[in-house]
Amino acid sequence: MDHLDRLESQSIYILREAYHHFKSLCMLWSIGKDSTVMLWLARKAFFGHVPFPLVHIDTSFKIPKMIAYRDKLAHEWGLTMVVGQNTQALGEGMNHTKGRLICCGALKTEALRNTLSGAWPRWRMNAEGRYEEDTNREPYTGVIVGARADEEGSRSKERYFSPRDKNNDWDVADQPPELWTQFKTDFAPGTHIRVHPLLDWTEVNLWQYIEREQIPIIDLYYDQGSGRRYRSLGCEPCTASIVSTSRTTDEVIAELLTIKTPERAGRAQDQEDPHAMEKLRREGYM
Amino acid sequence: MQREQMNIVIVGHVDHGTSTLVGRLLSDTGAIFPSQVEKVRGICLRQGKEFEWAFLLDALEAEQDQGITIDSARCFFKSERRDYIIIDAPGHKEFLKNMVSGAARAEAAVLLIDAHEGVRENSRRHGLLLSLLGIGQVVVAVNKMDLVGWDEAHFRAIEAEYRAFLAEIGVVPRHVVPIAARDGANLTTRAPEAPWWDGPTVLEAVDGFQKEAPPTDKPLRMPVQDVYRFNAQGDRRRIVAGRVETGRLRVGDRVVFAPSGKTSTIASLESFTNTGTTEAAAGESIGVTLTEQIYVRRGDVMCHMDSRPKDSTLVRVTLFWLGRQPMEPSKRYKLKLGTAAVEAVLHEVRSVLDASTLETDSQKAHIDRFDVAEVVLRLRSPIAADRNQDSAPTGRFVIVDGYDTTGGGIVREMLEDAQAGLRDAMYRRQFEWHKGHVLMSDREARQGHRAGVVLFSGGAGTGKALLARHLEKALYDRGLNTYLLDGNNVLLGVDHGESGDHEATREQLIRRYGEVANLMTDAGLVVVSTTNTIGLADHQKIATLVAPAELVAVHVDPTAGSGPPQGPTLSSDLVLSDVSDVGACTARLMALLDERGFFHMGDHAS
Repeated sequence: MDHLDRLESQSIYILREAYHHFKSLCMLWSIGKDSTVMLWLARKAFFGHVPFPLVHIDTSFKIPKMIAYRDKLAHEWGLTMVVGQNTQALGEGMNHTKGRLICCGALKTEALRNTLSGAWPRWRMNAEGRYEEDTNREPYTGVIVGARADEEGSRSKERYFSPRDKNNDWDVADQPPELWTQFKTDFAPGTHIRVHPLLDWTEVNLWQYIEREQIPIIDLYYDQGSGRRYRSLGCEPCTASIVSTSRTTDEVIAELLTIKTPERAGRAQDQEDPHAMEKLRREGYM
Repeated sequence: MQREQMNIVIVGHVDHGTSTLVGRLLSDTGAIFPSQVEKVRGICLRQGKEFEWAFLLDALEAEQDQGITIDSARCFFKSERRDYIIIDAPGHKEFLKNMVSGAARAEAAVLLIDAHEGVRENSRRHGLLLSLLGIGQVVVAVNKMDLVGWDEAHFRAIEAEYRAFLAEIGVVPRHVVPIAARDGANLTTRAPEAPWWDGPTVLEAVDGFQKEAPPTDKPLRMPVQDVYRFNAQGDRRRIVAGRVETGRLRVGDRVVFAPSGKTSTIASLESFTNTGTTEAAAGESIGVTLTEQIYVRRGDVMCHMDSRPKDSTLVRVTLFWLGRQPMEPSKRYKLKLGTAAVEAVLHEVRSVLDASTLETDSQKAHIDRFDVAEVVLRLRSPIAADRNQDSAPTGRFVIVDGYDTTGGGIVREMLEDAQAGLRDAMYRRQFEWHKGHVLMSDREARQGHRAGVVLFSGGAGTGKALLARHLEKALYDRGLNTYLLDGNNVLLGVDHGESGDHEATREQLIRRYGEVANLMTDAGLVVVSTTNTIGLADHQKIATLVAPAELVAVHVDPTAGSGPPQGPTLSSDLVLSDVSDVGACTARLMALLDERGFFHMGDHAS
């Protein structure tokens, strides 16, 4: 077994543990490379099936190509696709000019929290590829998230199975012990568990795996001829592309082996405060 | 070509400098971007502090405010030799749970000791825990050598003291290295202050750790994670999923599932991307189909016939306790080992060790937070496990109290319990059984429900016989193949009023009763059994005799407190104190059987 085999096997083990223990389980799919790899791992774990819904929080500011790609893949792979949105805040004109962290809080964190709990409507893709309100409002008790330890400091301290309390808060100063592959699968009513199958993967591991498995990642990650590409995907106004001529996965890997800037340098909300990501994540951000 | 990758943990007493070492190591090996160093410089400047290497790791706001590590961080760095995940573990006793969480992910460790403070409480505790967690490769670094003027004699004294301690717990460090982490001295480059030092730097010592190969040459162990039947898109496969922890397997292998004792043959290895694979080995997460559709459940361990793990309800272990409440003999816990989860009680405390001093207390009857103890655990039903020294993945466990993991440990020995003889007989019987062309699994598949036994016990006149009859009728009405096995009828026929030595007769009676029930479950029936002969103490025996069919034990006892029903005890699934409302009790039992998967084939279908 090489290192990618080990990472894959561990991630599959985690996904199967999650599927066994959580009756109401979902996977967050941001359409980015991480959660798309995670989706691929789920298809491997469950022999071609994805036996839980994929949840996407649509801030309405995503790059339009991302939405088209989401719906195309959902259709082709037979996914149960569920979308949540903070329609009220959007109706009141929320956008990043009101403050990036305020905007992230409303359109991502709050939308996620209320979509997971079922307090707000969820839209589910039907057989014709259109979205209609989901009749299932049951709270999700297990939420699979594609966070990686090498992205930033607060993620480096995560558990594979990480509890969130009734208010969706992450008590980062008092996390439960996690020994070997005995994960926290017992939890009080009203709380839920975030599951992190990709914690030990690095950005380079991910791209090596994409190359090995030929995973169809959205093409925004590759230079399309403009001499720029995205290294991390988010909302259009707050995500900067990087100067790069990498057109293939191999070229992306070669570029990452020499790059001298962090992966999320193009994500404006991270730069707002030294602990911006920890604060967002403590309140439920992925 | 992919590079080798290794997980290592850095541990040590609080303030002995683990985060500083890791931060400096990351920076010196180019794993940290200049922008990240600048970010930390900014934070330190705002707090009016000198530059803190530790802040590269201690990223949490609370950690930086208090200047301590709260939780283990994973960091990534490369040497020329390989790639590393380096886990920076907290040194504060309060965060020991976070230290063991970090250390449990590691393959090797660096233990850090402050040259000025010397060997402290957690230097010893962490050393002991590392050995319990199975981390054999250890390097010791004596830090802050600048504070003692790089005095070799001082260094040698600490080295001797700590080596003596580690020897007591069976750990031999590969190197003991004098360093000053803040200045990067003897981390990646040699310290000019210590010309007397001719050993390796920390990085060289770490690069000297050996990557252990997956244990493919040990006996096969694959704990069953789940059994899938995905009906979507016409998929009819029934897949037994799990990770091969040790050994290897091939299509066509005859396998046994311990402790249930069911046997079958591997028909195929399933995969989403690689079709046609016929072999798998330790480390791989796989799925297999079997030639016979036997009922297999999570917690069973798939292994080869000739090298089974031991099954028992009594396990001698070494455990460490992290719970805020002590571990007590009167409480029930959940033990999780492999994929099995079973109720456990503290059966016997043999000795309790203060992990910071290695002083033992053989009088103590409970286990306090941070203690390490030699104990015997008694389990509600048998599990299949190995001694940790033979197979670590199937020889280690955690203890759950309520919702929380409060302890962990390793299996020292699977003790013989009262069922050992019967269990061997059961395996032999399974093996030698002359099968027909129609198997129990075929019957179960056609009738759409499992075979099993509901065993009622309790004194005469408690109302259990009437309840058993109602349950049989309810099962029958639901369409199940069921039969009421009244103890009297077995006495009348099979035993034919034999007499003799009372105890011997009783043992024979129980054995015969179990064998009759076993024939019936083999015929696919749900046996509802009621008898005065069989008491609480005999439930396990009957369960062993009817295995691999499942047994649900119901005890009726009017003295067992007021109101129905009581939770499970170690010997029965349900205790009923009041059976006057037969309808309600029957409904409760039907729900229990549903919970236990009697009404379907037990697969995780979607």
